[in-house]
Amino acid sequence: MEDLGLNAPHSMGTTIIGVTYKDGVILGADSRTSTGVYVANRASDKITQLTDNVYVCRSGSAADSQIVSDYVRYFLHQHTIQLGQPATVKVAANLVRLLAYGNKDTLQTGMIVGGWDKYEGGKIYGIPLGGTIIEQPFSIGGSGSSYLYGFLDQAWKDGMSKDEAEELVKKAVSLAIARDGASGGVVRTVIINEEGVTRNFYPGDQLPLWHEELEPQNSLLDIWGAAAASPVPMTE
Amino acid sequence: MTNGAFEVPAKGGFSFDNCKRNEMLLNKGLKAPGFLKTGTTIVGLVYQDGVILGADTRATEGPIVADKNCEKIHYMAPNIYCCGAGTAADTEAVTDMVSSQLKLHRYHTGRESRVITALTLLKSHLFRYQGHVSAALVLGGVDVSGPHLHTIYPHGSTDTLPFATMGSGSLAAMSVFESKYREGLTRDEGVKIVCEAIASGIFNDLGSGSNVDVCVITKGNVEYLRNHVQPNPRTYTSAKGYTFSKPTEVLSTKVTALAQRAVVTERGDAMEEE
Repeated sequence: MEDLGLNAPHSMGTTIIGVTYKDGVILGADSRTSTGVYVANRASDKITQLTDNVYVCRSGSAADSQIVSDYVRYFLHQHTIQLGQPATVKVAANLVRLLAYGNKDTLQTGMIVGGWDKYEGGKIYGIPLGGTIIEQPFSIGGSGSSYLYGFLDQAWKDGMSKDEAEELVKKAVSLAIARDGASGGVVRTVIINEEGVTRNFYPGDQLPLWHEELEPQNSLLDIWGAAAASPVPMTE
Repeated sequence: MTNGAFEVPAKGGFSFDNCKRNEMLLNKGLKAPGFLKTGTTIVGLVYQDGVILGADTRATEGPIVADKNCEKIHYMAPNIYCCGAGTAADTEAVTDMVSSQLKLHRYHTGRESRVITALTLLKSHLFRYQGHVSAALVLGGVDVSGPHLHTIYPHGSTDTLPFATMGSGSLAAMSVFESKYREGLTRDEGVKIVCEAIASGIFNDLGSGSNVDVCVITKGNVEYLRNHVQPNPRTYTSAKGYTFSKPTEVLSTKVTALAQRAVVTERGDAMEEE
């Protein structure tokens, strides 16, 4: 039988993105987690909270990125209490870098840290595989990112509005989902600015259609939508 | 000052040197001994007022069915249970260890265990062993913050889901969940879907078989339904027992005495004790 790679480590062939805009940052991610060629979770949440004002997009090994973000969240909690005020995005990103660089031999994970603080406003930091840290106006990561470099170089603009920026993130992630087999599912976004945090969720049928993509036809969603009283027919 | 760089063995933590060596030997063609693995179907789902876990009961050793009616739903705490797939010894050991840590934690705090605590203990252990403890788990329970269901992979990653499947039969079982699960199922509907999912593993996956175990966890109550469905009963056993064809007959018997035993007499004084 074909090796489905079911025993392969759980990994997130991913598209993740973080962009700065006028008042803050927007993080975006797809929702596919796979083991080999099997989709182990089609609705995962790859945008993880670190503090009230800092979030992180995770890619690579699920186990590694979870442990790193769990540790950083724990350190930041302690740091926030000792400081008596919210941690900065820079501190959060530096903690991620510290762990990623110090354990570079064993970790297989790339992360994008994004958030807002009163000193520097909205900031995005990319921490790729080797454990370096790069402050960027926008950052992309995961297997789907290779399809996006050119697009973002062209489409990202300084001082975008919130709606413009979120539209850009949605567009980018859905474009990558369309071309990258390891990315898929829904698009999740997190908007962080002075006012706070907004989480958004865009199911596959609410995303734009790209080249050669078709409108859903005879979709299970239509059948379920029609039979509203009993969404799933129960057989006796 | 030292002149050259030295490879100094790490001071703390685990050493995975032998794992790397074994991998190298395996690539060179060494046949490593196998372990008892539970090619398995295990599932769980969240319903109206709790969590339902399900498992098949076949344990395999390569192509051989080693146990036709084993238990794969392990006790973690009075309000938390955990289904295990992978190496039987590992799932058993890791659930037992965490279960005992949870009990100590309950004595210490005087409070009911939380599912997230069990989850963190399990994932830390599995991550520490870098996937060499091959336990794939479906963890379910009801605590102060409501019903919870998680999957845990051997490398230590975790997911939180409304319905989950694991083991070699997970694809068959997931197809049942994907087509029949919905929000707000009743207890009976939930048990029915769980049984269907396990049955689909039992019949369509070679690694799974025999009976269906179910565990229904609600606020303050657990129903452990051992062998809830038995889709593979023994259909016939002879009332008279079984007879076997005549064994090889004994035609003659001859006893040959052993050689005469030599008698040795001891000489000299025995050693004296002081």
